[in-house]
Amino acid sequence: MSAQPDHLTYDIDWQEERVLGLGDRNAKRKILIIPPLFDEMNRMRRATVVAMRDLAARGVATFLPDLPGTNESLALMPEQDLDSWRAAIKLAAEQLGATHIAAIRGGALIDDAVPNLPHWRLAPVKGASLIKTMMRTRIAGDKEAGITTGTEDLMAEAQISRVGLSGHLLNLKMVEQLMQAEAAPLLDVRTVNVGVGADMITGSPLWLRAEPQDDAAMSAAMAAELDRWSASCGG
Amino acid sequence: MPFVADETEAAVRELLVDVLGVAPATVAAMTDDTPLFGALPELDSMAVAGLLTEMEDRLDIIIDDDDVDGDLFESFGSLVTFAKAKVAE
Repeated sequence: MSAQPDHLTYDIDWQEERVLGLGDRNAKRKILIIPPLFDEMNRMRRATVVAMRDLAARGVATFLPDLPGTNESLALMPEQDLDSWRAAIKLAAEQLGATHIAAIRGGALIDDAVPNLPHWRLAPVKGASLIKTMMRTRIAGDKEAGITTGTEDLMAEAQISRVGLSGHLLNLKMVEQLMQAEAAPLLDVRTVNVGVGADMITGSPLWLRAEPQDDAAMSAAMAAELDRWSASCGG
Repeated sequence: MPFVADETEAAVRELLVDVLGVAPATVAAMTDDTPLFGALPELDSMAVAGLLTEMEDRLDIIIDDDDVDGDLFESFGSLVTFAKAKVAE
């Protein structure tokens, strides 16, 4: 029988945030998974949870936290920036007793919140690529509505209060941080990508797909890789 | 280092598979005359945003908003021509 998910929480001050947990909470290896950011989070959700279920069957526990302002969170997105998300990840790792950190895509921009645990990254992305795509999507949407918008208009919007990009209201600090953000150099980090060859796992960049898809082979490859990697370090 | 022409074309094919989720066989069969925008249901104006950013990252080019007009995605050939011109810059 497949592992049943646990609906857990972690606390940021008085605010509870949700966490999806899979596997035995007393397992020796407990991996905190930092999801991709913004739209990519949704596109990778299914593939990630299928991999988590596979890991549970291998005796590895995993936790997938909501970042403040996303999913079930009661926190407001316009109040978030990369620092508030780093703080959240640090608290989640401590409270859940994580032994390893796995970051997917933009998750790698905030995984340095827990520098001392072993790290794994799947296809880390620059913040500039994420924010550029979001701005282009907004510009294209505005164009269809007959409104001409440029990047400078969007920056001006952010400066006044917040800018709406692909359904996310972002403050100026978040936009500016994303434009500069890159995955931080860490002592103990393994980086993999999807494709064929060394340091690659089977699959395709599901996070780019305009139409969300899942990929059982990719989830299985993620689980096998995370099992092998997490057994080789930490815990 | 600039890509040679065929590598750019191969990269564009890979982009269409990766970003749009179009079947690899469909993309492999595309020629310069194959229409894209309006003919490929996966390619809407929202998907274009992701395609442009991924193209920048993979080909190490910068695309200005001014470069992007309706003709760019008219056909597979027009997209490849654009990519090659950018790589050569």
